[in-house]
Amino acid sequence: MTKPLTGAQIMCEALIREGVEVMFGIPGGAIMPFYYAMWDYRDRLRHVLCRHEQGAGHAAEGYARATGKIGVCIGTSGPGATNLVTPIADAMMDSTPLLAITGQVGSHVLGKDAFQETDITGITMPITKHNYLVKNVDELPYVFKEAIYIATTGRPGPVLIDITKDAMQKTTVPNWDIKLNLPGYKPTYQGNRRQIREAIKLLISAKKPLIIAGHGIIMSGAHRELQEFAERLRIPVITTLHGIGAIPENHPLCIGMPGMHGWVHVNRAIQECDVLFNIGGRFDDRVTGKASTFAPHARIIHVDIDPSEIGKNVRVDVPIVGDARLVLQALLEDLPPPSELAELHTHASDWMEHIREMQDKHQGKQQYKNRAAMANMALPPHDVYEALSRTLNARGNYRVVTDVGQHQMWAAQLIDWNAGPRTHITSGGAGTMGFAVPAALGVAIACPNDTVWAIVGDGGFQMTNQEMATIVQEGLKNIKVAVINNGYLGMVRQWQELFEHKRYSGTPLSGPNFAKLAEAYGWKGLTVERSEDVQDAIDEAYATDGPVLIDFRVEREVNVFPMVPQNKSIGEMILSESQA
Amino acid sequence: MKTHTIVALLQDRPGVLSRVIGLIRRRGYNIESLAVGHSETPGVSRLTLVVESEDVEQVVKQLYRLIEVIKVSDVTDDPTVEREMTMIKLHAPPAVRHEIISMCSVFGARIVDVGTNTMIIEMTGTPGKVENFIEVVRPYGIKEMMRTGRIAMVRGTRGHNASEYVEPTTNGATVPVLN
Ligand SMILES: Cc1ncc(C[n+]2csc(CCOP(=O)(O)OP(=O)(O)O)c2C)c(N)n1
Ligand SMILES: [Mg+2]
Repeated sequence: MTKPLTGAQIMCEALIREGVEVMFGIPGGAIMPFYYAMWDYRDRLRHVLCRHEQGAGHAAEGYARATGKIGVCIGTSGPGATNLVTPIADAMMDSTPLLAITGQVGSHVLGKDAFQETDITGITMPITKHNYLVKNVDELPYVFKEAIYIATTGRPGPVLIDITKDAMQKTTVPNWDIKLNLPGYKPTYQGNRRQIREAIKLLISAKKPLIIAGHGIIMSGAHRELQEFAERLRIPVITTLHGIGAIPENHPLCIGMPGMHGWVHVNRAIQECDVLFNIGGRFDDRVTGKASTFAPHARIIHVDIDPSEIGKNVRVDVPIVGDARLVLQALLEDLPPPSELAELHTHASDWMEHIREMQDKHQGKQQYKNRAAMANMALPPHDVYEALSRTLNARGNYRVVTDVGQHQMWAAQLIDWNAGPRTHITSGGAGTMGFAVPAALGVAIACPNDTVWAIVGDGGFQMTNQEMATIVQEGLKNIKVAVINNGYLGMVRQWQELFEHKRYSGTPLSGPNFAKLAEAYGWKGLTVERSEDVQDAIDEAYATDGPVLIDFRVEREVNVFPMVPQNKSIGEMILSESQA
Repeated sequence: MKTHTIVALLQDRPGVLSRVIGLIRRRGYNIESLAVGHSETPGVSRLTLVVESEDVEQVVKQLYRLIEVIKVSDVTDDPTVEREMTMIKLHAPPAVRHEIISMCSVFGARIVDVGTNTMIIEMTGTPGKVENFIEVVRPYGIKEMMRTGRIAMVRGTRGHNASEYVEPTTNGATVPVLN
């Protein structure tokens, strides 16, 4: 192509070349040239106009998390760019491939406090995998290619490109013959073979082995390999919050979630195990509790694509840097024949029996399975989850996006996650309230054949619910929102109840009538106040050809248990009466 | 806490130094000194960082997370030559100048400017020697002092030539250079 193009046209071409189909954003002065060019590309590059840049960022994250492809969000300079900061930080913590494109003031006024000038590359330096300020139109093809390459390879993450208005307006003949020059960026994908054999040796000699499956399994698409590996060795598998879906929860080897709100049998198993094989998890403090007391008897094998994660929080005996899927494939290749695994199998089955016994003792008496404990409540939250879990699994084709708080932990605990990777999407590392509704919008666009449920608290919902308008404008019908409405910033209230003498400062929360609000946006809005109406409402949501919100007015002061108090060993759990 | 000397090769792009400094700050490591400049290869800078940390391995790994960081070595326990330069503007009325001049010759320091009541002295040496020299001249009254921070080079054939890591372009320059 030898035709001169404007910088903005080059941006569109570059995105199309990289396979981008959808972008989420809001225009403004500095980014207008890009929107001008977009008009000619509108049949190939879909632009979704969000109601807040934070929503655009989370929508792009949702899109990325559901597909594994890069999510793209756009903001103008100044406030448009700063509104993207939260989703960028969120994407950094959760390793989400995100491209943020921001307009910048003209290069001739850069640094002069021009109207809507903000140093967004400076602001986002610590929360991006990399970022760029582009002042020269000729750099655009290279920068877009490099940015997307960096965002999507190795440990994925957010990349921001800030482009001055004049660089978008100037014309040049783009050079698409690009060879990336990144001498300092060479992600390691293949695990070291010697370490892999070392890991196998350790696992085979174990009496109480455990696997922790983290987000890396989901991101590298290693779920089949994980399952095969666990089955061949017969080792129990723990799934972290972001590892949910790595192995179906109804698989006989899956034992559930660890950590602050993990199950008793899982945390106790970790404290008892002799070999812990963590693949694709980063030993976050919500998983480990007090790190120095974590898995005291275990020799630890840690697989991570990011070398800086290995040995960062817990000591590691066998470090393996690499892609979860490729490492698992190598492990599978190097496994000895079944005859040599017999001893491990015997130990592993005794071990599993022991874990299941602990599970029967504690989890078997889950609150929602134990109606007596909640007999006097009109609508215990657990009844909502029980019905949702039943319905999702019966109907299939679902994605669930959760927000941050009690409702998020209940969702992780109480829904039976049997449908594989990328069906449970949440803000884990950053814990960003307001994530769910806009992220669900991105997921719904990415997965038009699935029903997308956003499960959100009344607090988080009121942070970003204006994206309901975007959902209507985009004609999306496959979104259902379940507000777990407890009239509190519930998770904070729980901490206040348990650790701060019930001093409920700043946690009681009012809201509008959510069903009416939804109706005002052109949604169907339903309100449920009694357990016996839950299933009907969910069925009605499915029967409705359009977005539906259900306001579940649940019992106000219910706690998430088990709970490991912050900075305590995961062996020290607070339990509800029925779990003790 | 132990002090470590780290030598790194950086791709010469805008903002790379502030990325390095920002990272060191937010991870809570203490920078004792930092010196950076061109290396033998165009497009690549070499940086010497002296940093206080319990866990230098994490510092090195975190530095590697920066896209433009090409090579990082902790040379603390390697055989190295380390140098630092200082310039000192000393209170030096005529009466004490002779003393100061002889002190300078003992330390191999050079007098690079003489004013009516002041002298500027330039001194290069190991960080320890520079430190000693400063203590020796301090009683005369230091009006201004400036130190470059340490630079370190591994002796012999060890160490890293920057050209190992970047590819030369056809026109003789070394790539990656944006701007
Ligand atoms: C943006 C943001 N602000 C504050 C917090 C702190 N925080 C964590 S959970 C929580 C309560 C959330 O309340 P709600 O959305 O109603 O959910 P619930 O816990 O009641 O289910 C708060 C305020 C946060 N995680 N994110
Ligand atoms: Mg709430």
